[in-house]
Amino acid sequence: MSPILGILASGNYPRVTNSYESIATVTVGAGGSAAAEFTSIPNTYKHLQIRILARSNRAVTTDNIKLGVGNGTIDTGANYAYHNLYGNGTSAAASGGSSETSGYLDSISGSSIGASIFGVIVIDFLDYANTNKYKTVRSLGGYDSNGGGFISLTSNLWMSTSAINRIKLTCRGTAFDQYSHFALYGIKG
Amino acid sequence: MPAGSTYTPIATTTLGSAATITFSSIPSTYTDLVIVLNGNGSRVAGTDDTGLRLNSDSGSNYSETLLQGNGTSASSSRASGVNVMFQNTNFRIGGTTGARSTIIYQFMNYANTTTYKTVIARSNVSDFNVTATVGLWRSTAAINTIYLYNFTSANFTSGTTATLYGIASA
Repeated sequence: MSPILGILASGNYPRVTNSYESIATVTVGAGGSAAAEFTSIPNTYKHLQIRILARSNRAVTTDNIKLGVGNGTIDTGANYAYHNLYGNGTSAAASGGSSETSGYLDSISGSSIGASIFGVIVIDFLDYANTNKYKTVRSLGGYDSNGGGFISLTSNLWMSTSAINRIKLTCRGTAFDQYSHFALYGIKG
Repeated sequence: MPAGSTYTPIATTTLGSAATITFSSIPSTYTDLVIVLNGNGSRVAGTDDTGLRLNSDSGSNYSETLLQGNGTSASSSRASGVNVMFQNTNFRIGGTTGARSTIIYQFMNYANTTTYKTVIARSNVSDFNVTATVGLWRSTAAINTIYLYNFTSANFTSGTTATLYGIASA
């Protein structure tokens, strides 16, 4: 298809500073990794964001990531709740849970999908360091496999007023595959 | 942990009126790309179908899975083996009689040469629907050009803006 009229965008802009900062990155090497974990997260930002490209080694088409957060140590108590709205290409549905021992994130691809297909998730941790409120986490993610896939919106609640300084993302399969990538950013307010 | 400032505007355009928006010569130095598109199509009433292509690939190498709510119900649909990503009849921008609508595209790990490229996007048309969608480009090539198209009425209207951002990780 040829465009009737095209507009070429161009331009250089001064680098934005001190508002959205890269804190740390985990890139999975050969052999895979069961989890990606961020520790000693400073409390100097207003919000956090994690951007994920990931694939599970479990022999399924669709897998999920477990979310753990904490202050000092990851909370494994029944202190999480979530709601999820998803589409599978055929129908829309919803799921949820309360008093869970981990949070729930959007779908990624499993090893039954072609090796070059990875899922993606963008996770926002809102007001993560505030010690006056429970912590809300929202995410958008999914994967497409050219005939399959999932897209979903998810919200999680960590029922603690502690500041988050540790985040652990665990694959429900044995491990995240090589080339999976987890990047943590801080957003200043 | 090392920290560095990121989320850099690479290019932006405010249209006079055009059928296509092109971002070319995209540097490979970032980790992810984000495009924020705000505007309308030139259809007087109703909404316009939009879509995108990467690196001038017009082959049947795109697919997508979409979730939408239209104020009455939620539904999901899919397109496979198509030659445009996100040309889904439910993934739209508003026409000229509606409020400006916004689409945010996220191109994840766009420059890696190992995986196929996955793009997630959200669109919001106040008098039509809200969507979330994930698209796949079955190519391991790094993305260096992005084309955004209006397929329905031929043009994005005057005043439509599109900004490309690069996000670098540590």
